Amino acid sequence: MASSKGKAGSGAAPASRLAVRKTYKLYIGGAFPRSESGRSYPVTDRDGTLLAHAAQGSRKDLRDAVTAARKAFAGWSGATAYNRGQVLYRIAEMMEGRHEQFVAEVRAAEGGSADAAAAQVDAAIDRWVWYAGWSDKYAQVAGGSNPVAGPYFNFSLPEPSGVVGIVAPQDSSLLGFVSVVAPALTTGNTAVVLASSERPLPAVSLTEALATSDLPGGVLNLLTGSVTELAPWLASHRDVNCLDLTGVDPADRVPLAQAAADTVKRVLAPAALDLAAEPGMSRLAAFVETKTVWHPLGV
Amino acid sequence: MTDQPPATPSAAAAPTDSSLFDYAPAPESRAIARLKPSYQIYVDGAFRDGRGEAVKTINPATEEPLAEVAEANAADVTDAVAAARRAYQGSWSTLPGAERAKYLFRIARAIQERARELAVLESLDNGKPIKESRDVDVPTAAAHFFYYAGWADKLGYAGFGPNPRPIGVAGQIIPWNFPLLMAAWKIAPALATGNTVVLKPAETTPLTALTLAEIIAECDLPPGVVNILAGGPSVGQALVEAPGVDKLAFTGSTAVGKDLQRSAAASGKRLSLELGGKAANIVFDDAAIDQAVEGIVNGIFFNQGHVCCAGSRLLVQESVHDEVVAALQDRLRTLRLGDPLDKNTDIGAINSAAQLARVRELADVGEAEGATRWSPACTLPDRGFWFPPTMFLGAHQASRIAQEEIFGPVLTVLTFRTPQEAVDKANNTPYGLSAGIWTEKGSRILWMANRLRAGVVWANTFNRFDPASPFGGYKESGFGREGGRHGLAAYLEGEL
Repeated sequence: MASSKGKAGSGAAPASRLAVRKTYKLYIGGAFPRSESGRSYPVTDRDGTLLAHAAQGSRKDLRDAVTAARKAFAGWSGATAYNRGQVLYRIAEMMEGRHEQFVAEVRAAEGGSADAAAAQVDAAIDRWVWYAGWSDKYAQVAGGSNPVAGPYFNFSLPEPSGVVGIVAPQDSSLLGFVSVVAPALTTGNTAVVLASSERPLPAVSLTEALATSDLPGGVLNLLTGSVTELAPWLASHRDVNCLDLTGVDPADRVPLAQAAADTVKRVLAPAALDLAAEPGMSRLAAFVETKTVWHPLGV
Repeated sequence: MTDQPPATPSAAAAPTDSSLFDYAPAPESRAIARLKPSYQIYVDGAFRDGRGEAVKTINPATEEPLAEVAEANAADVTDAVAAARRAYQGSWSTLPGAERAKYLFRIARAIQERARELAVLESLDNGKPIKESRDVDVPTAAAHFFYYAGWADKLGYAGFGPNPRPIGVAGQIIPWNFPLLMAAWKIAPALATGNTVVLKPAETTPLTALTLAEIIAECDLPPGVVNILAGGPSVGQALVEAPGVDKLAFTGSTAVGKDLQRSAAASGKRLSLELGGKAANIVFDDAAIDQAVEGIVNGIFFNQGHVCCAGSRLLVQESVHDEVVAALQDRLRTLRLGDPLDKNTDIGAINSAAQLARVRELADVGEAEGATRWSPACTLPDRGFWFPPTMFLGAHQASRIAQEEIFGPVLTVLTFRTPQEAVDKANNTPYGLSAGIWTEKGSRILWMANRLRAGVVWANTFNRFDPASPFGGYKESGFGREGGRHGLAAYLEGEL
């Protein structure tokens, strides 16, 4: 494993042995395909040194990812909240075991000190733990019974909105990524995520942890490549229910939010993402629907 | 029914014959509405003529003009938004919650005091039966103000953080199907949370909202806290585009809602949309059929089917299809269509000529697509906008009458065999506002309720509304909730 020597994938191996480099691929429906387009693009560190040729996802890849996310929705949203929490906690466990790898990859992607990168990885792991605990509590906090003026029992519950399209933050390659993805999954949504265009590699490695965390295939689908190219297709896709524009510069959000209106998508376009603060409930609340059920009382 | 001469404007006419007892006409007096010859817009605490067109609002049951309304124009919108901004910054947003609460309690009480007047006025302007405006629209509107009044000084306990803040100036656009009630749904939570309001009622039904403005003025709300502008789509568009508006709340059609979402895209304005629906009302073979039939009738013929959550698709289990349809037809033969002010009337007038044309067009499409149209024998009044209660049998899932919102007294009947098929068919529209389930089996109710992608699920009941109960849609039926604790979130900043 490329670790203490710095650049991820740069193959710092014992002299006697040539390192095995990793191919960074997409993650769709629980599998790791290359782009159907056959395209890739060079990803470098902050100094311009080549790290890898990542897959450059296409519109077709995006449609495949949405199909996979829709297919996975019934199972993931129908799983018990306890089970979802167990799976999300398992993701933290898998990341912990690859801690050094993530530190190296975050540092390669973002620059800065090893300590700063390690702090990010720690926070990303802890964020999964935080949201794992929310899984079987959110409905109790956000739902409840309603005292209607009549002989009825009436209760409201939050339910996941469906397939969430997420443009992950462009700068924070791992902690930022986890901070937008985890809350969407916690409430039972499935997701299609566009990784940071320039810093995609930590997210790709994260999907390898997801694949071994009992997260059902298709619950999270990752596309690397050009956000500028892919985001309009994500915004206009008719089977995407929600759009998270956190990773899009505010100046570029308008056409995407307009396209989202064609199918009345729920759009999240926050002013800023504070990664240091406790996340709070606003991202859990962004992609849920409140369902209210009435039944008469009687004998 | 009946060989009696029709009372003004036309007696409630049950479309059956002498096998029933006849009902004597029992009309409410039109004088109770205290109609004025003309109505003005309400801006910055004062009534004035709008600078748009002066239009006549008509009684859809007779096509007679009721009153002249001086509509607003874009300049009036600018004034109203500026007044709302001044009121927001001046006092309203910092007024102690307990004081805001007392204003809302005042409004609730004033609506109750003038309930009969408002009910008659609503039935005149809208065409809905007086028993509905009297027993549903007006009391529920008052209840909404009561409910949210109590929240105004308890927002810190509502689960949105210790110190939830208002958003600012709310632009609110409401439809013509429940004119006063929708005004209450919009204004009450906005004021309780410390926002100020510019509200635009629908062009065909401005009178009760402008009377509510009178009530608000009499309750001594500070000028500019609530502004009410009569007008058409151009006034709505001006409100949507007004830079001083921080929050937009819209109830209406999905098509207009999409335009509004597009206009406001990434503008920083907060948005909530309550749009169209095509609700499935699902009847299983073990349901209490008589109760289900009442629920089906209430689901689609309440308010002439001018209800976004109307149960416009009947999904009936194949084995009881014939039995349910026969019972439903028997029941429809007893519905009394006619004078909205008659206390015996079940079905009133269609709200406008435009809406009547839309209902007729889609009904014709239903026939052209091969479904069988059925209405009870029914004499429609000579004047006014009327459409008989209608059902379509043998429709296909892909028919336009099974997919599109008709917003009229038209029921499309489909069948299913298994619970899973019922769920699949129920969810197979772009909408997701409401759904109904009729079965005596509790576990099946919960299984179904869990899988139906709809914001409100009525089990063994339909079309129930309450200020404490959150209401709103999934998918293209919109987002955000009105009513209950959840309804506060649409008007608060920050942690939701």
